Amino acid sequence: MHADTSDADQVRVMTIEAFADTIVPGEKRWPEDRAVAGAAAGGGAVAAGALELLEHPASGYAAVLEPLAGALNAHASRYAQEQGHALDPSVPPFVALEHADRTRLLQELLAVDHPEKEMWVGLALFSNMAFDSAAHLGTHAALAAGHPGLLTIGYHRPDADGLWRFPEYSYGRPLAPLHPHTTSTGSPA
Amino acid sequence: MNSTESTDVLVIGSGFGGAIPAYHLAAGGARVVVLERGPWLSGDEFDQDFELGSSYTRIFDFVVGDGMSVLGGNCVGGGSVVYFATMPRAPRFVFERRGGIGRRMWPASINRDTLDPWYDRVTEALPVTRYGWDQVPYAGGLFAAACAHAGRTANPVPSAVDLDRCTNCNWMMAGCRYDAKRSLLLNYLPAALAHGAEIRPLHEVQHLSRTDDGGYRVHYRIVDDEDYRVLHDEGVIEAKIVIVAAGAGATPVILRRSEPDLGPMPPAVGRYFSGNGERLNTAVFDEDRVRSVLGLSRPGGQAYAANQIGRGPTVASWDRLDPDLPEFERYSLEQLYFPPGLGTILAQVPDATGPTWFGAEKKELMRRWQSWLTIFTMSEDDNEGVFGPPPATGNAERISQQMLGRGPLRYVPTADTRRGWAAADADVRDILERDGLARVMPWTNDVVGAYTVHPLASCRIGDDPETSALDDRHELRRHPGVFVTDGSAVPGALTVNPALTIAALAERAIPGIVRAAQERGVPVTYHGGLPEGSTVSARPPALRG
Ligand SMILES: Cc1cc2nc3c(=O)[nH]c(=O)nc-3n(C[C@H](O)[C@H](O)[C@H](O)COP(=O)(O)OP(=O)(O)OC[C@H]3O[C@@H](n4cnc5c(N)ncnc54)[C@H](O)[C@@H]3O)c2cc1C
Repeated sequence: MHADTSDADQVRVMTIEAFADTIVPGEKRWPEDRAVAGAAAGGGAVAAGALELLEHPASGYAAVLEPLAGALNAHASRYAQEQGHALDPSVPPFVALEHADRTRLLQELLAVDHPEKEMWVGLALFSNMAFDSAAHLGTHAALAAGHPGLLTIGYHRPDADGLWRFPEYSYGRPLAPLHPHTTSTGSPA
Repeated sequence: MNSTESTDVLVIGSGFGGAIPAYHLAAGGARVVVLERGPWLSGDEFDQDFELGSSYTRIFDFVVGDGMSVLGGNCVGGGSVVYFATMPRAPRFVFERRGGIGRRMWPASINRDTLDPWYDRVTEALPVTRYGWDQVPYAGGLFAAACAHAGRTANPVPSAVDLDRCTNCNWMMAGCRYDAKRSLLLNYLPAALAHGAEIRPLHEVQHLSRTDDGGYRVHYRIVDDEDYRVLHDEGVIEAKIVIVAAGAGATPVILRRSEPDLGPMPPAVGRYFSGNGERLNTAVFDEDRVRSVLGLSRPGGQAYAANQIGRGPTVASWDRLDPDLPEFERYSLEQLYFPPGLGTILAQVPDATGPTWFGAEKKELMRRWQSWLTIFTMSEDDNEGVFGPPPATGNAERISQQMLGRGPLRYVPTADTRRGWAAADADVRDILERDGLARVMPWTNDVVGAYTVHPLASCRIGDDPETSALDDRHELRRHPGVFVTDGSAVPGALTVNPALTIAALAERAIPGIVRAAQERGVPVTYHGGLPEGSTVSARPPALRG
């Protein structure tokens, strides 16, 4: 899987993937996939490219992913200790957590009054954005490649020239009485 | 030897508040320079693409604050390029609002009757038109039908979209490549250019200082055209009149940063910010119930499943714009489209057993995205936003290359504001959950706080110097020759989309600005003309010397 990368890289990649997978869960990419917990059918944020988006120079997150992964793993170790869970030492602590525990930990870190909330919100925002809009890819290319997020939300494909047009768009009839105090310009009085 | 560049009128920002004065002052004979921090895109440069670096992120701005995130334009044309062009007038009672200060917050000289002639002008210039039910997209129709089913009224809202060109592609936030949206690139800005105004994109104004003769120096930095975190050369332009129109999220920041040079600002600069009482609810419809209860069906057989189709908000329900209701309990409800990228993250799962806005249940909700309908509340908030100390440059510390930054605005909604939101949430639920039509949840405010695409009032007009930064001619108190004509001048929430009101107020301010310019020796007259209007969006002049 990530065989050609260093240990630090692997920790970063797997930890951030596990975070993204908690935001938008997906099915495992291969049977022994650890980062992706397999908590939902179909591809989730990871398959959608969350890591690629976060590592994209334009996102502004590339340089902080390693420290964020470190901080998340520290929280995971602390959380596991509090819960009395023993963690598999062969993977980063956050990855070693079950999906339900990852979710509970993120609920804690993303809570309104958590002092670190803002940095985790940023990560969550980009994880979701990779899924719902494939912002690291051209939208046409993403649709053509069957991007799991755009597919899941059922985003329509464009016309042959790459542009979206919906010539049929209206029920075509009055559907409600107008407000009695509408002015001649169509505004409220 | 470098001599400092000079002009008669320097305009900061090229949205409604900047484009309208730029046109009138140039048409009247003044030398006008417009400095705009964003790039200049037009026509087919507006991509239908979510990729970072496409027009969607180049021209859009998202500043996260403490309790309030502000979304806006970042380009020549400002918010008019990214907006949805829904253009109602504000209801009469809005001008009588007292807000938290306990007395009328608008200047005595302004009410709906005195503003109507200025609304008329903007309506003609853009233009803004009414349209019929046969031109209402499915999402608007669905909202209207649900309103009628609940015994309510609903109206197609006037709009500045040319429906002969519109394809209902819902890419408005990335700029309209069909030039169907009547942005300022099609009217006021080309007319200003035709009269000799200069527009300089990627020029971010940082602060003002004074000249010896009562004029101003405007200090700017050049913004990198790809990585907005990178600022290049700095420069200065001297002007006799400065018009600050950087938008309600930026205008007070520029003014506050100028205090060491200009002296203290009036106390209302950077206070009284309003998010126009904005609040969103997402409804997920049961397609079968849409058919059986509302009797709706599309050619081809689907009942709705048309979240993606349309052109932003097209239908609103104004039943709660009732002057007899108590202040803070009046609001409009408007159908809206918010694209992926920013439009799904805050939607919440009804009856969630786990987290409401992320996780497995949220993913299930996303599978039904085409059956979503977003409802926009615009209520009467309490002007509770306050700006902290300005960041080093611009109005935010930029996080990403484009679009995303962290700004100094703090907003803690008061009980009055929350009461309005709660009433609106309950109302939306009442309308849309009847007979099992849909399940409804408000967007969460727990993630980025409240949010607004309608920032207002952070440097407002009024009669009272303690609670208004500008007099009723939009001149900045204590700093003659500086005028503010953008959304920050609007005294408070409007309960409807604000751009027509911002534009009408800017039109109204022009004769006074022209007089002030004349008093400063600028050879300018007020003609009261309106821009011709074009069908192709203005491009940058090919070469500038
Ligand atoms: C997605 C979206 C949809 C909307 N839809 C509607 C709608 O349907 N109807 C409606 O009425 N309103 C709508 N709005 C709101 C509307 O766009 C704004 O109310 C309006 O544009 C505000 O005008 P303004 O002149 O105050 O500021 P803006 O139009 O925001 O213009 C300010 C300009 O100043 C520039 N600027 C900022 N700082 C600096 C600086 N330091 N130096 C130089 N330039 C600077 C900005 O880049 C911007 O171009 C929408 C907004 C958004 C974001």
